Amino acid sequence: MTEKNIYLPYLMRITQITEESPAVKTFRLEFVDEVAAQNFNFKTGQFGLYSAFGEGESTFCIASSPTRKGYIECTFREVGRVTAALADKEVGDIVGFRGPYGNVFPLEAWKGKNLVFIAGGIALPPLRSVIWNCLDLRDWFKDITVVYGARSVADLVYKHELKEWNERTDINLVTTVDPGGETPDWTGKVGFVPPVVEQLGLSAENTVAIVCGPPIMIKLTLPVLEKLGFAPDQIFTTLENRMKCGLGKCGRCNTGSSYVCKDGPVYTLAQLNELPAEY
Amino acid sequence: MEALKQKAKELLQKGDVKAVLGYAVGTGNVRRPHFARTPEQVDRLVLDEKCTQNLATYLTKHEVKHLGKVAVVALPATQRALLQLVAERQLRDDAICLLAMDGTEVKVLPSGAAVEQHLALKTDAMPTADKAMIEKLMAMTREQRWAYWQQELSRCVKCYACRNSCPMCYCEHCTMDCNRPQWVPVASHALGNLEYHMVRAMHLAGRCVECGECGRACPVGIPVHLLTFFAEESTAKQFGQRAGHSTKLDYALSTFKPDDKETFIR
Amino acid sequence: MADTFKLTHENLDGLFAVLRKDGRRVLAPVDADGRTELNDVEKPGQVSKSYIQTIMSAKDVVFPKVERLLSYTTEPGSVELHDAEPHALPTVLFGVRPCEAKAFGALDAVFNWDYRDKFFNARLEKMAVIGVSCTKADDACFCTSVGGGPADTKGSDILLTPIDGGYLAEVLTDKGKAIQALAPQLFTPGNGVDKAMIAAKLEQAFDQPALTAKLPGMFENKLWEGQSLRCIGCGACAYVCPTCVCFDIQEEADPKQGQRLRCWDSCGFSMFTLHASGHNPRETQSARWRQRIYHKFSTYPERYQMLGCVGCGKCTRACPVDMNLREHLVEAANA
Repeated sequence: MTEKNIYLPYLMRITQITEESPAVKTFRLEFVDEVAAQNFNFKTGQFGLYSAFGEGESTFCIASSPTRKGYIECTFREVGRVTAALADKEVGDIVGFRGPYGNVFPLEAWKGKNLVFIAGGIALPPLRSVIWNCLDLRDWFKDITVVYGARSVADLVYKHELKEWNERTDINLVTTVDPGGETPDWTGKVGFVPPVVEQLGLSAENTVAIVCGPPIMIKLTLPVLEKLGFAPDQIFTTLENRMKCGLGKCGRCNTGSSYVCKDGPVYTLAQLNELPAEY
Repeated sequence: MEALKQKAKELLQKGDVKAVLGYAVGTGNVRRPHFARTPEQVDRLVLDEKCTQNLATYLTKHEVKHLGKVAVVALPATQRALLQLVAERQLRDDAICLLAMDGTEVKVLPSGAAVEQHLALKTDAMPTADKAMIEKLMAMTREQRWAYWQQELSRCVKCYACRNSCPMCYCEHCTMDCNRPQWVPVASHALGNLEYHMVRAMHLAGRCVECGECGRACPVGIPVHLLTFFAEESTAKQFGQRAGHSTKLDYALSTFKPDDKETFIR
Repeated sequence: MADTFKLTHENLDGLFAVLRKDGRRVLAPVDADGRTELNDVEKPGQVSKSYIQTIMSAKDVVFPKVERLLSYTTEPGSVELHDAEPHALPTVLFGVRPCEAKAFGALDAVFNWDYRDKFFNARLEKMAVIGVSCTKADDACFCTSVGGGPADTKGSDILLTPIDGGYLAEVLTDKGKAIQALAPQLFTPGNGVDKAMIAAKLEQAFDQPALTAKLPGMFENKLWEGQSLRCIGCGACAYVCPTCVCFDIQEEADPKQGQRLRCWDSCGFSMFTLHASGHNPRETQSARWRQRIYHKFSTYPERYQMLGCVGCGKCTRACPVDMNLREHLVEAANA
């Protein structure tokens, strides 16, 4: 019996490149192979390994919503060998994709609830997938609030979509930039994410919070949410441990006995509280 | 031995040092590096001809620096490594506290100058077997030597025991771990192994204190120390200086002197 | 119950010849410059007489230190992918110890618990193990503390135990039976020797189930820092280990073509978990040492219902600074 090579990526063509902020880009990727395109399915929260042939693979979430068919999108910052090579690519170029891997945000379980998304900096992409997914299933949920902060106005990603969300009446978007990061025409808030969340006066009742951001933001936001009455199982986040395989084998993404590539990347705070802090 | 333990306890009790790094008896009567932070741990210290590891390796590690000042039971090779680390500005002179044996007497060497003076009393030539092996290799034809190293390095698995046990391989980001650009292939195939050991030998030319720890550390018995020994000997011959003999030593391969015999830099 | 036979020294000679005629290579422990290595042999006479263990494990037969996973050719605007096929040679591992024979199960657990790894599987399928029981153990050994034993059959297709004039041969699996079927006349009736009398005696050093049960509560214990202080953070332990399975995937390419390689890696290396951002979830050597212990004694039992350690002691023997695993486990068990 010949088995499938689990390390072979799909070939994807870049059909659109968006410059999000300095060194951050979004690629829209379409399958080169028609059959693969038709058979491909994923759910929000899942991730993949993207290859720049010649340099290697890098792990990021799928930043588009599964409700948008025919393509996937990824957003990445140029920080290492692979992301630098990806950043050099142009529309029409071929990259690799392996996935989808990992667990998902439990949208079914969130039906009938209020959703609060809290993101910082380059951590909006994983939430962008789920936000669009929820907006496309808008009648499943009650209020949807998004709090998004970045260091400066230039560092905000998905500027067009922020504008769109801002204009929509079925989503409450609050954007903020760190003090000093504002521009003269900035109409959002100025301040760090945790106090901005605190000032919103959110109710924890029948609400889930989804938090993604740099470790320091998460660390300071969690106490705020607890103060607002959120229980650990009402708070979701995603972990981004380093991985090479995405298949539960290469041995580096685990935190305690939990493999982020298999059991994650989506965790509730209640689950994280049971694990050693190896992330 | 008792004198050494006595001195170690004294240093710990007075708070002069936070730990004494020496040797203890290990598996099947081998000797292992041993950190003594309590009097009971000091009692496990041993020092005899079976002690080989170059303990200077530990002094540049974060985890050990974190302990505070450490006194080191220092064999001559450890002393040489200490001097070289000071010369390369990896250790401050006041971080030095070596315990060296002088006959049955324990000497505390509190500075680079004291180590230099103490070392000057000793001759610690390259082990005869290593010297003979280098001579044997140099008597070979280029092809024979190539075949010898191909064969030896084919066993390498790139566990980096040689690098990590080396007191002079202290780089926070080793060239082997750099991937922008990827100077040397990570894979442990013929090319990856060869390039790794060549780069390491070149990087130790003029810096190798000839302790031989890399060769002893190799789990599969590749005499990698012969490469760095040879590089060191060549540098010594050409530049007239040896690593590990002074705290004030310019790195031969990156120092220009007007009377250098090569003229390419002018 | 295994079928038990006698295999005389002369008949073992015959068996080697038959195996090689069948197109299989025989890898066995061989003495080389004071080391014991696993090498290709033609006759039993080449096999080491005095070894306790080989330095390296036999895992590279199924999990080579470098394995090509795929290759590709590139042109502007197009990439052509090429699947890779493992070049798996029919192999008989002769003379590996029962601990190591059992270790293939631990590798199998990782390579196949969820997604199936065709490279490992293709190699495993073509490998058979003729283990040889231990008649002596050393200070690094602790198989009896981790559910194994010097004459344990698990993982061997045929297990040989030295007796006068040859070996007691237990034919244990279909692969073992297939080997026997190549020359059934070489396997003569057994004589009812009690192999327990012949096998090495090795006292249990610690209570492993109790240790596994207490590890989750010991994560923040100062013990790990103390134990790891002399660790120099190399990969010797992981690379000689028969169960260590962690790997890296590396790209090697020129502008027109490239390949992706799986390479051994070690959780002891400081770069292993380093994020591109510079953040490292296992910043210190003690965190990395703890990971090694926990992966084998806590994560493995939890995820795969088996241990990630067979007690072979190779790590201890290979360690440049004598990190003795048995001793450290005893210390943890008593903490």
